[in-house]
Amino acid sequence: MPQRLSVIDVDRCVGCQSCMFACARRLGEGGLAGACIGVRSAGGIRRGFVVVVCRACPDPPCARVCPTDALVLRPPGGVRLRAELCIGCGNCVVACPFGAVFWDSAQKKPQICVYCGYCARYCPYDVLALEEIEALAPPPPPAAAPPPEG
Amino acid sequence: MLPNDPLRRVLYVDLSRRRFWVADRPDLFEDGLGGTGVAIRLLEEECSPGADPLGPENPIIFAVGPLVGLFPIASKTVAVFKSPHTGNLGESHAGGRSAVALRMAGYGAVVLRGASPTPVYIVIDGDDVYFRDASALWGLRSSATVGRVIRERERGAGTRTIMRIGRAGERGITYACVVTETYRHFGRLGLGAVFGSKKLKALVIAGRRSLPVSDRKAYRETYGAIFRAATESPLMQKYHELGTAMNVLPLDAIGALPTRNLRSGRFEGAEAISGENLARHYLGRRVACAHCPVACIHLAALRLPYPNDPYFYKTVMLGYDHEPIYAVGSLLGIGDVAGMLQVMDETETVGLDVMSTGVTLAWATEALEGGLISRQETDGLALAWGDWETYVGAIRRIVDPPNDFYRALGRGVEYAASVYGGADFALAFGGNEMPGYHTGPAGHLTYLTGARHSHLDSAGYSLDQRAAAKGETLTPEGVAEALLEEERWRQVLASLVVCFFARGVYTPEVVQRALAAAGMDRSADDLARLGAETLARKHTFKARQGFDPARLRIPRRILETPSPLGTLDEDFLRRAIAHFFRDAG
Repeated sequence: MPQRLSVIDVDRCVGCQSCMFACARRLGEGGLAGACIGVRSAGGIRRGFVVVVCRACPDPPCARVCPTDALVLRPPGGVRLRAELCIGCGNCVVACPFGAVFWDSAQKKPQICVYCGYCARYCPYDVLALEEIEALAPPPPPAAAPPPEG
Repeated sequence: MLPNDPLRRVLYVDLSRRRFWVADRPDLFEDGLGGTGVAIRLLEEECSPGADPLGPENPIIFAVGPLVGLFPIASKTVAVFKSPHTGNLGESHAGGRSAVALRMAGYGAVVLRGASPTPVYIVIDGDDVYFRDASALWGLRSSATVGRVIRERERGAGTRTIMRIGRAGERGITYACVVTETYRHFGRLGLGAVFGSKKLKALVIAGRRSLPVSDRKAYRETYGAIFRAATESPLMQKYHELGTAMNVLPLDAIGALPTRNLRSGRFEGAEAISGENLARHYLGRRVACAHCPVACIHLAALRLPYPNDPYFYKTVMLGYDHEPIYAVGSLLGIGDVAGMLQVMDETETVGLDVMSTGVTLAWATEALEGGLISRQETDGLALAWGDWETYVGAIRRIVDPPNDFYRALGRGVEYAASVYGGADFALAFGGNEMPGYHTGPAGHLTYLTGARHSHLDSAGYSLDQRAAAKGETLTPEGVAEALLEEERWRQVLASLVVCFFARGVYTPEVVQRALAAAGMDRSADDLARLGAETLARKHTFKARQGFDPARLRIPRRILETPSPLGTLDEDFLRRAIAHFFRDAG
């Protein structure tokens, strides 16, 4: 069953960035450049944190705006990047309302969650979990406009 | 060091000429590793013996180490400078996001030189450096507002650090701090005043990059082992649950909690200001430094009513720790938790080091009681133990001094006592105000002998507590040798730069494994040598700047109030000091 990452309880987040470092370390790197998950304060640390993850949309806007079809749908939700098709236009970054499409500034291409759950294993406070996606059907295409009268 | 590791890059920023450049300095990092080991070498290059701490010739140096950005709890930045508070070595460590941000921006160290003619804040964004006008930010009432304004204007949310000063730093109060990420501080020895002397209101550092490792598989394994040790250790769990405030009750129970300017080691209000009580009634959030799973930062949610507006409240979120609780709680006789938190809030607002502030006000209270000063000096304030509202007023006067007395308080307790008397109860060591442990001789010897005159230099308080628990007898030579060994090892941790709270996790073997992942193979002997050499360099720097251990002042008060290990003996302390510096070479 396909899985996705889920933010279970953001109020438990302490902003330690262990998830971000884990995501980068997946590739065997230190640092943060490779992270496809982001934690920032909700307008100052006193207000707590925002955890930005790809929610594996069934009808993802990032894929819809890709001019080269480099973002391939992964049923029932989410996308996979075919980097060889990507021209680095950045439309997908703008299209995601959560800011969950991250940017590889070396390759000038998006970097998107692969739903592996490695980050959740390093969250000390159970903020994150992998969960199975319910088989949601994508919303039906809009009904064709009625033919103009007359 | 791996050839493509950006650690070797040192960013130089000249505020006088508003220029910057990068130097490739692998030599510094091969020899000194990073952090304090590199910072002291840079200070030797940048700071001459006669430098005026508040003149443009005083450099500010920030350094991080090879483990930052690679391993958890390698989360601290070391700042060094010449201290305007002691006129000698200034060194202060802070977490927040400062260390990871500096490493992710692609540097091992930053050197700030010169002084700007007009207020600026500096943004280091990867390879770019910007000088931004800060004239409109100068003089803002609250350091928190400075952070908020810059947060909204600059990019990099989530991974940047915003270091800033309050009005105390602008005004050159010698124990002004630098606040980073609202709740962490380069607290001690007056870095805030050095920022202010350079007209530097804030320093923003941001970046996002990858770091190379020597062996990917070994790196992940070592990471996993350190992460598990850190998250499963009972001590680290305690740092998470109660934070450093866990110390209040145990210290009070053994009579080691300095109370009312150390007239006593026990405080009848200890229960109220304890970590347990704060967690039960005030804890609003726990926060971590970047890349630290422990999350020891505790924020109190303080709900305050408005006196003339029924049913209207504001909620203030305030960081608390053992040291501020001691300094403006027990030491000032304040057992009213909400009052104590409001004193802390005022020190944060103006940007003062809360420890030096509390000790200075405790001396002033006793000086007023004893008639060394009168209400004329205090500008009418009847400073009295427990009266937190009056202390809030006094803090405002330190920053906006109405007279010479408050100007003297703005230079710390050592100076104030040199003018008004009362040195016997002026609790400072090497010119730096006392931390919150009256555990016995070793604790005080750490304050006396430590390169920073900080309790964290060699943690003698823990030596005292162990001796008390085991019924051991301490000797001057034994204490001196143990403290020297500890301070040398802490030079290694502060070079990596690992938080001292994780010293139990980062054993010498673990440090070697972690360093190997960063391509720095070091034997146990290499590390021991580095620790000893780094400390020796600090002692040499201090001696050149006029420090003489034989002339260290021992406040009489610490000899009068019995410690858990009995009444302290000056001769014991003097012998230990002499032994320490003889062995240190």
